[in-house]
Amino acid sequence: MYKKSLSYPHLVWMVAFVIVPMFLIFLYAFTSNTTDGNISFTFDNFKKCIDPMYLKIYANSIWIAFLSVVFCLILGYPAAKILADKDRRRMAAGKKASGLMMLFVMPMWMNVMLRLYSWLTILQPNGVLNSFLGILNLPEIDIMYTRTAVVLGTVYDFIPFMIMPIYSVLIKIDDSLIEAAEDLGANKSRVFLKVILPLSLPGIVSGITMVFLPALTSFYISDFFSGGQFMLIGNLIEKNFKNPVGRNFGSSLSIILMGFAFLSMHIMKLFNKSNRQMDMF
Amino acid sequence: MKKNIFKSLFENTYLFLMFLFLYFPIVMLMIFSFNSVKSTSNWEGFSLRWYEQMFSDDALLEAFANTITIGILAAVISCIIGTAAAIGIQGYRSKKAKGLINALTNLPMVSSELVMGVSMMILFLYVKIPLGYATLLMSHITFCVPYVIVSVLPKLVQLDTGLYEAALDLGAKPFYAFRKVVIPEIKPGVISGLLISFTLSIDDFVISFFTTGNGVSNLSIYIYSSVRRGVNPMYNALSTIMFVLVALLLFMINKRSGNKNNAPSIIP
Amino acid sequence: MKRIISIFVCLIFTLSIALTFGGCSSKTKLFVYNVGDYIHPDVIEMFEKEHPDIKVVYELFDSVEEMYMKVSNGTSPYDVVIPSDYMIEQMREEGMLNKINFENVPNYENIDSSMRNLDFDPTNEYAVPYMWGTIGILYNKTMVDDPVDSWDILWNEKYKGEIFMLNQERDMVSIALKKCGYSMNSDNDSELKEAEKILKEQNPLVKAYCGDEIKDNMINGNGALAIVWSGDAYFCIEQNPDLAFAIPKEGTNLWFDCMVIPTTSTHQAEAEMFIDFMSRPDIAKLNAEYIGYSTANASARDMLEDSVKNDKLRYPELDEEFMSKMEIFAYNKERNAKLTEIWTRVLNS
Repeated sequence: MYKKSLSYPHLVWMVAFVIVPMFLIFLYAFTSNTTDGNISFTFDNFKKCIDPMYLKIYANSIWIAFLSVVFCLILGYPAAKILADKDRRRMAAGKKASGLMMLFVMPMWMNVMLRLYSWLTILQPNGVLNSFLGILNLPEIDIMYTRTAVVLGTVYDFIPFMIMPIYSVLIKIDDSLIEAAEDLGANKSRVFLKVILPLSLPGIVSGITMVFLPALTSFYISDFFSGGQFMLIGNLIEKNFKNPVGRNFGSSLSIILMGFAFLSMHIMKLFNKSNRQMDMF
Repeated sequence: MKKNIFKSLFENTYLFLMFLFLYFPIVMLMIFSFNSVKSTSNWEGFSLRWYEQMFSDDALLEAFANTITIGILAAVISCIIGTAAAIGIQGYRSKKAKGLINALTNLPMVSSELVMGVSMMILFLYVKIPLGYATLLMSHITFCVPYVIVSVLPKLVQLDTGLYEAALDLGAKPFYAFRKVVIPEIKPGVISGLLISFTLSIDDFVISFFTTGNGVSNLSIYIYSSVRRGVNPMYNALSTIMFVLVALLLFMINKRSGNKNNAPSIIP
Repeated sequence: MKRIISIFVCLIFTLSIALTFGGCSSKTKLFVYNVGDYIHPDVIEMFEKEHPDIKVVYELFDSVEEMYMKVSNGTSPYDVVIPSDYMIEQMREEGMLNKINFENVPNYENIDSSMRNLDFDPTNEYAVPYMWGTIGILYNKTMVDDPVDSWDILWNEKYKGEIFMLNQERDMVSIALKKCGYSMNSDNDSELKEAEKILKEQNPLVKAYCGDEIKDNMINGNGALAIVWSGDAYFCIEQNPDLAFAIPKEGTNLWFDCMVIPTTSTHQAEAEMFIDFMSRPDIAKLNAEYIGYSTANASARDMLEDSVKNDKLRYPELDEEFMSKMEIFAYNKERNAKLTEIWTRVLNS
């Protein structure tokens, strides 16, 4: 029944819309921009990438992405753990999962721009947040157009991607492992550190890769919250592709970014040999 | 016992705070969508004027319609391509070929959305296809297909091919056997692939941003370009409607699949 | 099997093509490409009502550079675009514009005579002026107690964190050049370097470099000083009377936005119809009232309220004294790349 030919439309499609475009990106990255249509091979675009001005942008955006990942993990791990514990208890008692996980995912289904817009209205200096702080007699905060706002927007946008894989790993942990550890005299924190945490590592790793790369490239978040003060690699690429003369340079930046993506993919695989990341799909 | 109460109190508080973080902005949006003045922080009275304004904004409605039609078309088409491909992939015996196809399938998922977007834009410009509805649809299909494959493949792996062969032995025509034996088995995978594709498509911004043009926009692009012109409670009204729709949809799906405990499988 | 696949692939392609082109009726589609908030919201509908066989596809751009990119891609059949002076010069030199047949644009006679024969279209063949204005400083009178008459105030430490700048390389570098006493169109490397230096010095004082967000922020009193185009300034002042607009004594940029027909156009006659419609006094008046910029249409200006049309800031006498301080941006391809690099360095300093 498994006719190979059934996969041909897919293969044709992928070659046409993924491989050929990638090839074009390589072509652009290694050629110079000539208006008369002549193509000449060059490394200039890559040389431009290591200009100190751009190195600063990479450093800045890696820092922002790193902060976002850290906050997603710190906030998301306990949430995933608590939810998984609750659902395991329910399932052990023969009931179905609580569906609370659904509530974490629901904002993701609403349009991404509307989610960011909601923070935009809240963070306004005379917005809801400051009205509340005013009522409570607390000092007002004004974080609009700062790095904090960009990180906040990123965390809000991507935290479900951190919670989901961790949750789906945690919920599958075999109770007998925990019981065995307890029987052998391990206290709660030892059980967590020696059993649960190592077992949830694949979830953490896939969460990190799912947050880090988008955080590096989501130019729209910094467009909304940075007030032009910080550029992400994503902004740089977007700007260069908007401009016809910047496309060669933009292509070389994209290749560097792809390199990043594959590197993080590879690191993830090292952590995660059993290919468990498939579970979350 | 006391420790347990303390622990569950802590756990519930933590969850509550997380939900507050996630939902506070959305609830505020919803409340102020009924405000009678153009402020998203001072309540001045109830009104539906922003809903009226929203429903009379043709550009917004068109963007909304595009989002939905593209979402449905992309989901259905990528589901057909993806399911067929998943079945086809099972047919490859050599590990090398399988690995190659898997790598090809995973490529759109691992290379960043941004790179996908700009590379497809370059493609469309290169072959001079006018950017618009067609290019938008093609790009959405491209990033949806891999997710369909990934959600159908595990079901196929579980499938006992003996059943299919038994049906053939009993005289069923291949297509009939396929329809009666294989389809019911892989159906949950196909449906979750369909739903993932639909949600990915209606939520997408980055790829659409680069692959559309000629005045065709979807909701994300429309909002992206207009929100920065200024806060307008019309978008609050839009958010409210979107949120209610999404909540209803999720509720229905959850109810249908609730007994099988596979709710998270519709999560991209 | 192969046949099924080929049928399947063909189906997808025809389906997607049918959806792109089939969705519309037999109406002629006129693609109009304009910057956001730059037309009265009813005008398109009025045009369609008068020309029932035309459907206007109205698309927005964020900056003229974005517009240039889309038009030069050549994949979009834009019929009417509304760029600024230097961009018109660039597009004209690169052969991207069609000549307008002015016989089809009788309302051109309403255009102010001083708006004709300008440098970017010296022979009056390609452009019909739409709006014009200056760029200056919008400030909040309750927050600024120094006199606002010079660009220098934007470098005043006192207003740290209360200054909004435009995220537009050309305008910002030009202002820095002007502050240093040079020409806004300077291509001299040492002068540009000096401009870059002072922009970097200013960076810590600036709250944000943005675009249209400036308007909301100034109206809500989030900023003391902002660089805005003249029309936006009046829009903000109407919403918040604490605001005021000043044109610095060093001089500033005078700009003109015009309607042009790019070579991508497939409906020249309809495009001319649209341009003519936009130049009709009643329509030009509607637009001018709505967006707040100074209209290039003399007949429409006469119909405006006295307080508006006699406003010296909004409609200055274009006499020699005024013009001596004003500079119109010129097109210079090599300089564009320099500006982009300077601006990237300033933003990331």
